[in-house]
Amino acid sequence: MPAVQETVDRVKAIGVSEYKYGFFSDIESEKAPKGLNEDTVRFISAKKDEPAWLTEWRLGAYRRWLTMREPRWARVDFPKIDYQDLYYYSAPKTAAGPKSLDEVDPELLKVYAKLGIPLREQEALAGIGPDRRIAVDAVFDSVSVVTTFREELARAGVIFCPVSEAVHSHPDLVQKYLGSVVPTTDNFYATLNSAVFSDGSFVYVPPGVRCPMELSTYFRINEQNTGQFERTLIIADKGSYVSYLEGCTAPKRDENQLHAAVVELIALDDAEIKYSTVQNWYPGDADGRGGIYNFVTKRGDCRGANSKISWTQVETGSAITWKYPSCILRGDNSRGEFYSIAISNGRQQVDSGTKMIHLGKNTTSRVISKGISAGRSQNTYRGQISAHRKATGARNFTNCDSLLIGNSCGAHTVPYIESKTPSAQFEHEATTSKISEDQLFYCMQRGISGEEATALIVNGFVRDVLQQLPMEFAVEAQKLIAISLEGSVG
Amino acid sequence: MRRAVPVGIGFLQKITKNGAKNFRDRRSENSSGQLALNCSNPLIFGRGKIVLEVKNLSVSIGGRQILDDLDLTVRDGEVAALMGPNGSGKSTLSHVLAGRKDDTVETGEVLLNGESLLNLEPDARAAKGLFLAFQYPVEIPGVATLTFLKAALNAQRKQRGQEEFSTPDFMKRVKALAGKLKISQDMLKRALNAGFSGGEKKRMEILQMALLEPAFAILDETDSGLDIDALRVVADGVNALRSPARGFLIITHYQRVLDYVVPDIVHVMAQGRIVRSGGKELAVELEKSGYRDYVAEPAVA
Amino acid sequence: MNADIIPARTPAEISLARTFDAFKAGLPGNMDVTKWREASFKAFKVSGLPHRRIEAWHYTDLRALMRDALPLASFPGAATIDALRAEFAAARVPRQRIVLVDGFFVPELSDGLPEGLKVRSLASALTEGRPDLIALLSSHDLAARDPIVSLNAALMQDGVVIEVAPSTVIAEPINLVHATASPTPAAHFSRSALILGAGASLRLAESRHIANRAQPVGAGQANACLIVSLGDGAKLAHTAMATGTAPAGVRLESVMVRIGARAKFDSFALVAGIGLVRRQMFVRFEGAESEALLSGVSLLGGREHADTTLLVEHVAPGCVSRETFKYILDEEATGVFQGKIHVAPGAQKTDGKMLCKAMLLSDMAAMNNKPELEIFADDVACGHGATCGGLDIDQLFYLQTRGLPFAQAEALLLEAFAGELVDGIGHEGLIKAYRREVSAWLSARHGPTAAPSRGLIA
Repeated sequence: MPAVQETVDRVKAIGVSEYKYGFFSDIESEKAPKGLNEDTVRFISAKKDEPAWLTEWRLGAYRRWLTMREPRWARVDFPKIDYQDLYYYSAPKTAAGPKSLDEVDPELLKVYAKLGIPLREQEALAGIGPDRRIAVDAVFDSVSVVTTFREELARAGVIFCPVSEAVHSHPDLVQKYLGSVVPTTDNFYATLNSAVFSDGSFVYVPPGVRCPMELSTYFRINEQNTGQFERTLIIADKGSYVSYLEGCTAPKRDENQLHAAVVELIALDDAEIKYSTVQNWYPGDADGRGGIYNFVTKRGDCRGANSKISWTQVETGSAITWKYPSCILRGDNSRGEFYSIAISNGRQQVDSGTKMIHLGKNTTSRVISKGISAGRSQNTYRGQISAHRKATGARNFTNCDSLLIGNSCGAHTVPYIESKTPSAQFEHEATTSKISEDQLFYCMQRGISGEEATALIVNGFVRDVLQQLPMEFAVEAQKLIAISLEGSVG
Repeated sequence: MRRAVPVGIGFLQKITKNGAKNFRDRRSENSSGQLALNCSNPLIFGRGKIVLEVKNLSVSIGGRQILDDLDLTVRDGEVAALMGPNGSGKSTLSHVLAGRKDDTVETGEVLLNGESLLNLEPDARAAKGLFLAFQYPVEIPGVATLTFLKAALNAQRKQRGQEEFSTPDFMKRVKALAGKLKISQDMLKRALNAGFSGGEKKRMEILQMALLEPAFAILDETDSGLDIDALRVVADGVNALRSPARGFLIITHYQRVLDYVVPDIVHVMAQGRIVRSGGKELAVELEKSGYRDYVAEPAVA
Repeated sequence: MNADIIPARTPAEISLARTFDAFKAGLPGNMDVTKWREASFKAFKVSGLPHRRIEAWHYTDLRALMRDALPLASFPGAATIDALRAEFAAARVPRQRIVLVDGFFVPELSDGLPEGLKVRSLASALTEGRPDLIALLSSHDLAARDPIVSLNAALMQDGVVIEVAPSTVIAEPINLVHATASPTPAAHFSRSALILGAGASLRLAESRHIANRAQPVGAGQANACLIVSLGDGAKLAHTAMATGTAPAGVRLESVMVRIGARAKFDSFALVAGIGLVRRQMFVRFEGAESEALLSGVSLLGGREHADTTLLVEHVAPGCVSRETFKYILDEEATGVFQGKIHVAPGAQKTDGKMLCKAMLLSDMAAMNNKPELEIFADDVACGHGATCGGLDIDQLFYLQTRGLPFAQAEALLLEAFAGELVDGIGHEGLIKAYRREVSAWLSARHGPTAAPSRGLIA
């Protein structure tokens, strides 16, 4: 069918070179010396004026990291990373602890304005209206530069601040929960993060509180040769609810940049956390030069009974994505969800999925993954569903669909389904196909161009997941899908 | 075997929320008297011994109360219709009688021909003569219908200490019944209910009932989803089985099926108990007025 | 993650190395074969017995499960053969059969083979060294460095090479009987080949026979390879009964299949009663518009561990593959299913579907399921499904309301569950035989399991 061929050709031709967020901002920054050793770790800890326990915690992780190897089981291929050739700390010079937006470097504000992220609360109010406010924590390279709506959140008892600040303002909470979901020994990248993490968001929602607005963090990597290691910690206390959004961009650079974040979620009894990500790090150019290595460990612990954690992700960026947002379903009747759209184009490599670990009784989980491969990319879903012997009455439903656009890409599905109890019911289904020619033909017969028809069908393909996103993000995600498939989607 | 519905409707009252309580009180007053046999049922039948007796049955599912101190009596030869709004507990009652495990019986008793059922496994209840025609007959891929029918019939006979049927005898019986219910040989060879149409599944339920010759049969919304021709086939099947030695409980939403299988008595169920009983004209009345009067009013916040 | 770290040698590995050194001079084959054996053993030594850090063996940690390696079996003596002949007659083992005793081809016991079939021992084929045949027998490209296949190549003692002349159509099954007769538990390494010329058609029925005189030799260790080559338009229906009564037995079976154009390969296997079984099938579509139907039933109890691992490679376009496997797991058994459908670039119009259903009957049973899709061509329709759970309690309830006691209802459902695939064998006699095996297994279970309860989820 010519329309399909046309689509494929355009996708190939345009590739991913038109990365919209690929500007680079000239902002003076303060860096730790290149390379990684105990001094680097101490330097970072000292910069943040951290208590001794945290410095030791970092050093413990660093020592552990020295004994570890990079995981190799994922279907991703990249040259060896020289961990001594990276900067582990970079902060915009003027942004050392701004008290208000007025203290923030205007250049930085311009960056976020370019990104379309309103940091001034009044702008946010004007732009979206009072019913749909979003509190934003903006993280630039390694440092949180501003957090909006904090006072209003504080009135509801919600703590939303940079994690570096929480270490000082809420040391008990941080010490109690940090590393309790992703221990410092977890995996190569998470352990590295534990040693050198710079900043990230901290959220605590007290018992019975429904967070009055959506919380959001925008991550931006700006500096060259800089690893970004943010750490996010969200605690939903008993009976509380919070929805958290995360967005990411980075400038176009020819070298690869490393992003090894850790996100820990804790939901206590009857609490619910909804975590949404639109990941649009720079994917590299059409020949695979540059782009972010996105090696992220995200895990939620449904620690309390009847708790719920829901991950939704739209992954369009990064040269390599290695992430498996997971749920430990520890509390009885707890529920985990994972909704994912992963789009790869150009030379991108995606190895992503989830783990649902059923430990408690009558725990349920649902996994919906939609992978779209185009160009010369490789897109892998990798997921684990397991039921412990005591997880009686556990239920999982998994659906992974892959769509291929063009014949030079790959789509792979690697589920691990492990059950140790007869009363667990696991159902898994997966399909791989290309855009249906019948559907395309039908649309075109009704006068829709091949391009538009492809867009329609792709949007239909991912709809189940898009519906899970908060409204603003859904709109953004839809645009992103269009951009990611360059030209093939209207 | 038909019986005119005895007069006595005037004895009934439409039960409102308070009325239900009055009604129950009245019953307990009577319970020591001569009418005690019919204690849950104010209609008096002189003939037919009690085949099914449900006393003070309270049932919950997953902590939610579904049946609330329910009483119900069905006599030999009687066709009782059980009507009521969605969620009133009709299907739960049928499942509890048949012995489904999800339901937690909190209090009460169920007697079939005087024998207690509640501690029996579902198959033992079947052997005692209880039959449930499912609202949604379960599909069992891989089990040929004939294999299943023979296994069921002989298992029941074995439990009752009767001789098992030989294959030729069994086939003769099935074929004769299948013909009446317009069930093809092909259908009998297919896996049980797998890929059967709604009508085919319901006819298969009736075939099983005819084959197993229960003492008491519950038809759980057997009429739902049937077109008029299929309904007639099913009704003819039921009518053919009416006998002085067999009781029926027909659970339905609609009066329609009761035009074809005329009931001796109609019970109305709401919020987990029988709130009204009457003759077949009660079904007609319900068809006109709906269940509005029986549905709980929304709680005042 | 750390596959390159080689832990200390286990007793089994040390013993295998000794066996190879002691026996390699006496194993059959010309110079090329000797080199092949050496290279294969070297490859095996690099990985050792596969363990959980090797992705393909993640769920079957052979290093932990196989503590020791038994001594090699030897060719059966005349008395053994005579005894088996009598047993075959008494047990009515069908004619038209090819017999391997402890992995050795025994022509005297083989019988009634039709025209168009050329049968000889592996040993003779290796000694003669016909290059095309050696190339096929090695087929190491299919099994992609699997350590167990390498070990088999290093130590293969015998087996049978069956060649079916082009256009030969043999309607009744050729029975390949694997007899176990060694008086003491032994290890045997056999490699067989089945070559169907263009347009040939055959049904191969593999079965097991345990000699009366044998000690509880079920405890033996078998490493068997079967290499199948289907010419264009050839048709093979294959059934394998990997059954026994050996809690300590180890059976490692590798089936490697090359399929030409417009050919059809149909395979069914029943696994039951062996302590540790791994059946791996490597199937490659090398010609267009062919079809492969792979299915199997595993019935596991005790502490049995059964692993089915499939790699179906669609290299040529327009081929259809269906993989359907079912497991019934009782007591403390562990089931493993790994199935990968690989679609190479250019294998357009591939239609691949895989399904695995596992039924757990005990709180101590476990199932590990890894269906995989690896797809490099866009115009394909591929999918897989996997389910895992206990008996359907609605079905059980329905059957009980019709008067079937719990145990009988359960057996009926389990028989139907397994029977669905048995009925797909497509040969009356074989269906009956396999149905009998399934029924026997079900009736030998130690009474019914506790009635399952429904998880209450609002």
